[in-house]
Amino acid sequence: MKVNIKIEGKDYQVEEGTTILEAARACGYEIPSLCSYNHGECSQGSCRVCLVEATGARGLVASCVYPVAEGMEVKISSPKAVAARRTSVELLLSNHSQNCQQCRKNGHCELLYVAQLTGAREGAFTGEKTETHYDDLTPSIIRDSSKCILCGRCIERCKSAHGNGVLGFERRGFKTFVAPAGNLSLDKSPCLMCGQCVSVCPTGALLVKSEIGKVDAAMVSGKHVIVQTAPAVRAALGEEFGYPIGTAVTGKMVAALRRLGFEKVYDTDFGADLTIMEEATELLHRIESGGVLPMITSCSPGWVNYAETYYPDLLRHVSSCKSPHEMQGAILKSYYAQQKGIDPADIFVVSIMPCTAKKYEKDRPQMKNEAGLKDVDAVLTVTELAEMIRRSGILFKRLPDEEYDQDIMGEYSGAGTIFGVTGGVMEAALRTAYFVLEGKEHEGITFEQVRGFDDVKEASFALGGQTLNVAVTSGMRNASKLLDDVRAGKSKYQFIEIMCCPGGCINGGGMPIVRHAFLPDEDVDIVDTYRAKRAAALYSEDERNVLRQSHNNTQIQALYKEFLGEPNSHLAHELLHTSYKAREPFRA
Amino acid sequence: MYRSAEELQKSIATYTRELDEKFNGEDGKRYVMLCGGTGCMAANSMGLKEKLESYIEKYGIADRVGIRMVGCFGMCSQGPFVRIFPENTLYRLVKEEDIEEIVFDDLLNGKVVDRLVYEDPATGEKIRKMEDIPFYKKQKRIALHGCGVIDPNRIEEALGCGGYQGLMKALTMDRADVIKAVLDSGLRGRGGGGFPTGRKWQFAYNQDSDEKYVVCNGDEGDPGAFMDRSALEDNPLGVIEGMAIAGYAIGARDGYFYIRAEYPRAVERIKNTIAKAEELGLLGDDILGTGFSFHAHLRLGAGAFVCGEETALLNSIMGLRGMPRARPPFPAVSGLWGKPTIVNNVETLASVPYIFREGVEEFTKYGTERSKGTKVFCLGGKVVNVGLVEIPMGTTLRELIFDIGGGIQDGKRFKAIQTGGPSGGCLTEEDLDTPIDFDNMVAAGSMMGSGGAIVMDEDNCMVDVAKFYMGFICDESCGKCSPCRIGTKRMLEILNRITSGAGTMQDFDDLEEIAAACKTNSLCALGQTSANPILSTIAHFRDEYIAHIQDKKCPAKVCKDLITYTIDPDKCRKCSMCSRACPMETIHGQPGKTVFEIDQSNCIKCGMCLASCKFDAISID
Amino acid sequence: MVSKLNGAAEKQIVEICDRYKGEKTPLIMILSDIQREYGYVPLEVQEIVSAKTGISVAEIYGVVTFYSFFSLEPKGKNVIGCCLGTACYVKGGQRIIDQFSEILGIKPGQTTEDGLFTLDALRCIGACAAAPAVTINGKIYARVNVKDIPDIVAEYREGAVAHV
Repeated sequence: MKVNIKIEGKDYQVEEGTTILEAARACGYEIPSLCSYNHGECSQGSCRVCLVEATGARGLVASCVYPVAEGMEVKISSPKAVAARRTSVELLLSNHSQNCQQCRKNGHCELLYVAQLTGAREGAFTGEKTETHYDDLTPSIIRDSSKCILCGRCIERCKSAHGNGVLGFERRGFKTFVAPAGNLSLDKSPCLMCGQCVSVCPTGALLVKSEIGKVDAAMVSGKHVIVQTAPAVRAALGEEFGYPIGTAVTGKMVAALRRLGFEKVYDTDFGADLTIMEEATELLHRIESGGVLPMITSCSPGWVNYAETYYPDLLRHVSSCKSPHEMQGAILKSYYAQQKGIDPADIFVVSIMPCTAKKYEKDRPQMKNEAGLKDVDAVLTVTELAEMIRRSGILFKRLPDEEYDQDIMGEYSGAGTIFGVTGGVMEAALRTAYFVLEGKEHEGITFEQVRGFDDVKEASFALGGQTLNVAVTSGMRNASKLLDDVRAGKSKYQFIEIMCCPGGCINGGGMPIVRHAFLPDEDVDIVDTYRAKRAAALYSEDERNVLRQSHNNTQIQALYKEFLGEPNSHLAHELLHTSYKAREPFRA
Repeated sequence: MYRSAEELQKSIATYTRELDEKFNGEDGKRYVMLCGGTGCMAANSMGLKEKLESYIEKYGIADRVGIRMVGCFGMCSQGPFVRIFPENTLYRLVKEEDIEEIVFDDLLNGKVVDRLVYEDPATGEKIRKMEDIPFYKKQKRIALHGCGVIDPNRIEEALGCGGYQGLMKALTMDRADVIKAVLDSGLRGRGGGGFPTGRKWQFAYNQDSDEKYVVCNGDEGDPGAFMDRSALEDNPLGVIEGMAIAGYAIGARDGYFYIRAEYPRAVERIKNTIAKAEELGLLGDDILGTGFSFHAHLRLGAGAFVCGEETALLNSIMGLRGMPRARPPFPAVSGLWGKPTIVNNVETLASVPYIFREGVEEFTKYGTERSKGTKVFCLGGKVVNVGLVEIPMGTTLRELIFDIGGGIQDGKRFKAIQTGGPSGGCLTEEDLDTPIDFDNMVAAGSMMGSGGAIVMDEDNCMVDVAKFYMGFICDESCGKCSPCRIGTKRMLEILNRITSGAGTMQDFDDLEEIAAACKTNSLCALGQTSANPILSTIAHFRDEYIAHIQDKKCPAKVCKDLITYTIDPDKCRKCSMCSRACPMETIHGQPGKTVFEIDQSNCIKCGMCLASCKFDAISID
Repeated sequence: MVSKLNGAAEKQIVEICDRYKGEKTPLIMILSDIQREYGYVPLEVQEIVSAKTGISVAEIYGVVTFYSFFSLEPKGKNVIGCCLGTACYVKGGQRIIDQFSEILGIKPGQTTEDGLFTLDALRCIGACAAAPAVTINGKIYARVNVKDIPDIVAEYREGAVAHV
């Protein structure tokens, strides 16, 4: 249904039920706004920046929550609305820590952006500021309430993604702030470290904890610094340098990493292929031996955190496989070191990840080898990598396309690439399971049933004379539905893929933020479509690859032959598998 | 358990007769009525009751005298009261030691105790009967029907006093006709906004939904206002009846009372009355065999002023932080648990039974063109008669303050009346002859509000008053939207600067700008009206602000940082009282030898010296 | 954290939650009962309520800190308020509160382990003539001397004992 409205005196037809903000955007107007970033997901209407005049309403209305109606006349640029928006911003600024030059959100700060748009005057209002709560105890996320505008996006996102939200408003009035219960550190809370909150924060109140300094220090100390990049990274790094969302920039990324001084540039897709070998073997073994089923994937550290906190009784269902970058790190500090004749202690492994939870994961005590060396030493998010590239003076768009290093772990399959999107691990596993059980490659190669962004995807396959029931989900709110069934003994699946972030790693907390304000050239509905566009970039890279199945990766085959023996061998277990431990949600 | 209206009417006839006999003496007994309102209870009504009982026992007249504890009499500044029937003699400001005299002289010997009878401060005339006192003359009790008459703990008395007649009438009508009657009555929301009640009901009625709800807003939180508390405490059945009528009209089977936890007695009364009504079949399934089912539930507020805002209130019932949400959707479309819901104030619901019991015309007899019926006010501040009054709309402020209120205390000059609490504004001399109704109050720059009416005299500093309200709102802002959360804080800071002598004209401009922004930018009514006390005091008393800022003077001599206490050496009798009273020990002199002098560097302006001086030697500048 | 709460207390909290089984969204009623019966609603109690109701602890904590009726810290049987308004301060109010602090072994804002005393610092209570003033359970003690404090505390301590 369409309704007729006027904006700035011009006639438009817009969808009924949309908000003024959305309708105006569709008509070519971007109303300065802060608090509502996507329809339905946040309906706070609390920042009061997007005020416009609208007939049929008393006074000004917040366009982010006010629905259009037939015959409505909207005035965005009336002096009254312009002044009101400016005052709202000026009041917010009067309670905001204004060290914008040093703030790492500078460039992507929506408050700074609307301050410019609305013409906020310097020091318009001044006074006492709300008490600051600062928390940088986790390896993943920094919370600085002095930058918070209380829009509530983080609270909404945490709740909508994971059901049982960790963040909430505390106290009231001028003393209000956002924190985990009890204003505990995120470190002591049931936070999954997924960073979804970071990816929606309009200001610098929630930031990724940077590890650039660690990498710098390793380089300075003369360590053998190796970098690996997760599948999803290539699909989004370009966004930081003006490429349209969904542009894979694999070649330029590799070129940039070389110029940043990394000795070796590898693709974590190799680790993903290795994971498939181990995980598929583990699954088939569980099925054959009557082991604990369903087996659940373990690639997503946010999900592992969730399982340990909320479903400790189901930890036996979680695959013992380490995540791909941890496996790759373990191999780098064993087989690679051996091959290259380097002391593993001199190797420094950096993972470029779409993920903030990986920062936490790499510090887990279970992720160390016998010598006490961590598999991975530093994890940088996509945004941190972009920061490093920018500060080095590299003009990303002018870089040539280069190839990953080819030695030892340079080969990777398309199956490894699609790990970055929900359903990808499942599909990669199915390609290999099909081969093992049927004795031949799956002709169609792909398994479309497990693709897409539905809350829960399920499929059944007749393989090797038996039926394999699988399910795929992402976001802990969705996962809990499947997990409750497992707990109740009602689950019909043998294998479940669970990713922490809704949509998988392409929507990880370490990915570039997607905001209309900063993406003037993107589609109007970009906040709804960016995940699919990033996913498409991965699927097309899979298609372009001649190698489509993990088990056909010759370097993987060589690795087993020359070093590990066979999947799930004793050495493989030692290096590539891990264990889990129940934990209290709140740790005093 | 009553199964039909006829059955109930039969019992009611008995209850009415029994109640009447307590007033007209037909049962051959005399009745002593005590005010059980919170004011009088605090002033020892219970103590009086115990004394009465023991002296009645002592003089052996227990079989001839009954004691009844009823609801608030309204004239709180004259309490506690003892009222005796059938003569209808009112004793006021009664102390325990007066009781024996009342029992002996009046109850035993039929002689009025003259000294305890109300005396008109203007004429000195003794007025024996309550209804002859000017305070009561211009009042009309519709919402407070039964208050001060019935024993609120006895549902029989409520029924005997017209209770449930309105509901029984409504249940014989079509639901649409019930709504039409409320529309025709012109009843508007008594919580402050003045939205036509009938229209609210109509919206909810029009919604097609399997579940709907009626919510009674009893989160009265304006400082100095307790209209709703009285209605809930003193005639709980009347409010329940109003809620049931609303439920019938819109098609709701459940109603929720939301009452602030600070009103334990109101909570207890509503809880007990609901239980009793359920037991009697006056609430529950198939009420009086009419097929109409209605259940009343109780929820407590937990200490947040903002929950008086309807969407915040609904969030609170739903177990959330009491933060308002944007409208639309309005609660009538999507309220409690997403279902159509009407939220009506206590006083609004308490007024509804009257419309059906007495008829629409009887209700519209009172009031102005666009505001019908009556309004309850809590008259407070510097007025002589502090208390609870219910007046027909259209009564002027002058009548309210000077006739009913008895004028200003200590013969001081009237300066302003603050209505609408922290959301309202000040009205002055020039508004005194304005007939009180929703639209006139807004036109005059204030609002009706829930009914707080604080009278101020020449000794009140209007900047200080604005600061008081701003401090309140700043504490009670939910913190959700930025104009209210930060704007009220900034305004409070500016007012603090101005009253401490550090204000600048830039501050003054900022104050007006932020105030305007709060009005247009805030999410809910609390924020939108938060600046009203400032805007209206600026409108009427701009000079006072300027005096604080430019002359660093507080004309009303209230703001401590802007006043100086000095001792007039000509008047000082060297008695040393001031010096001894001074907590700072900063008044120096030798008793009987030298005049005393205040060392200004240590003076904290506490005023103890002024109070202690018997010779009027200390002045404030 | 749950472990800090003993089994009996946990059972009682569960019992309170169960009172409102038939009610829709009873969170605030549950919290009100806990506040009334225990005098406060600490985080570990909120965790139990969370487990019983399925509402996240963050949300419950948000509710508890929003409404002034709820407190996170227990209040003692006797609430001692020391006025630190200007008049009291200059008359040694700080020394008074320090002395209470020392005798009770708690800081202002805290409650003794036996639950007998809570010590609060107050802004001006308008009793400047009585400076330094202390209020205990609403009763005002005027011109308090540091030397009197042990006796005052003892009086309330004995009162409590007598009550038991």
